[in-house]
Amino acid sequence: MRLALRGLRLPLPRFTLEVDLELHGRVAGLFGPSGAGKTSLLELIVGLRRPTQGSVHLAGRRLTDAAERSFVPPERRRIGYVPQDGALFPHLSVRRNLLYGAPHGDPTGEGKNRLAEIASVLEIESLLDRGIAGLSGGERQRVALGRALLAAPELLLLDEPFAGVDRPLRGRILPVLARIRDDLRVPMLYVSHEPEEILALCDEALRLERGRIVAHGAPAEVLASTTTSRAAAGSPS
Amino acid sequence: MSGEEFQILGFTLGMAALAMVAILPPGLALAWLLARRTFPGKAVLETLVALPLVMPPVATGLFLLRLFGRRSALGRFVHDRLDVDVIFTWRGVLVAMAVMSLPLFVRSARVAFEEVPLRLEQIARTLGASPVRAFVTVTLPLAARGLTAGLLLAFARALGEFGATIVVAGNIPGRTQTLALAIYQLIQLGRDDAAVRLCLAAAGLAFVALFTSERLLRRRPS
Repeated sequence: MRLALRGLRLPLPRFTLEVDLELHGRVAGLFGPSGAGKTSLLELIVGLRRPTQGSVHLAGRRLTDAAERSFVPPERRRIGYVPQDGALFPHLSVRRNLLYGAPHGDPTGEGKNRLAEIASVLEIESLLDRGIAGLSGGERQRVALGRALLAAPELLLLDEPFAGVDRPLRGRILPVLARIRDDLRVPMLYVSHEPEEILALCDEALRLERGRIVAHGAPAEVLASTTTSRAAAGSPS
Repeated sequence: MSGEEFQILGFTLGMAALAMVAILPPGLALAWLLARRTFPGKAVLETLVALPLVMPPVATGLFLLRLFGRRSALGRFVHDRLDVDVIFTWRGVLVAMAVMSLPLFVRSARVAFEEVPLRLEQIARTLGASPVRAFVTVTLPLAARGLTAGLLLAFARALGEFGATIVVAGNIPGRTQTLALAIYQLIQLGRDDAAVRLCLAAAGLAFVALFTSERLLRRRPS
């Protein structure tokens, strides 16, 4: 991914988000305490919020530039976004959720193969004709992930997608994310509280605190800086 | 019931149904604006939309009479250019019913739209849906129950409309006489038996519409 955020500014109720950043890795891990502005940062990237200053570029394409008053709407950014709660469409079946963002009118049947491929990677083939209501938390999140992937995004933003999923299942999802990285080759920005997930998955990491990037580099280094600053602040959270 | 009474019943049902068709597009637009947008003058628009709920219906009727009368610009335009008369015709009934029932529909539809999580519309956008596609494929189906319930409520209100209708459309048997107007006239004439029959018909219709509306709102999809 070549994601460039330059001089990005967005006033939030308790502080102002101020980010200047360039990401090159295949998977970047973003972590930081609750309320640090992680979700707002993702919303700026995906185009659900407009910054008061600064610009967002993805692979050389200008998505937002406050100075030029240019703004590409979210539907034309090709950035997938999986929020914490998955946000599945409750009135659609699993299959229709998955296909919601898939390119239409594919005569070669390639779209069908893609559905089968992604359903297999996410291990949700048996759920396709089910409704949303009966799905478990882990199933919901995998369907949300599949729905974002089927829209063929150039970048995938994952906002703690597995925070509500129990630990054994999280262990099974990690290899799935690794396959998305290696087989489907979709770059990701991955928000997580779990150091082992960041270490296993990411090739660079960021730490956000009160709207500012306080550490950026190799995952192990950034995680180490986390422990230090936590110890220094004396806060166990 | 006599043939004449059936005619009145049919005319009232038809007019109320047409009024619902008429208020659907502006009602949906107003409700969506009030639910999803902030703009200057929103509170004023909100109040204006709700005004017919609390004003004396006769006063609303007089306002409509002036608005569509031949002495107003709109009335002249409609008469001269479109060759259409509103006052003292079935169109007057339609206008009165529409204006009086619109606020009820807008209020219900607004709540229905507000209950659709904004998050789902946003996700639809990130999946490539234009604002219109997100509205049609996500917002509208998820609000459908509330919208239908609101429309039934407005329909019930239109069926019973009296005050504005009698001013705008008069009470012309066979031409503009609705259920409520007919009941009033029958009482005046001392034909209480017929009045009671029409009252029972009106109560039955209103009951069915309200009952269905409530059921729709209670039975939430899981």
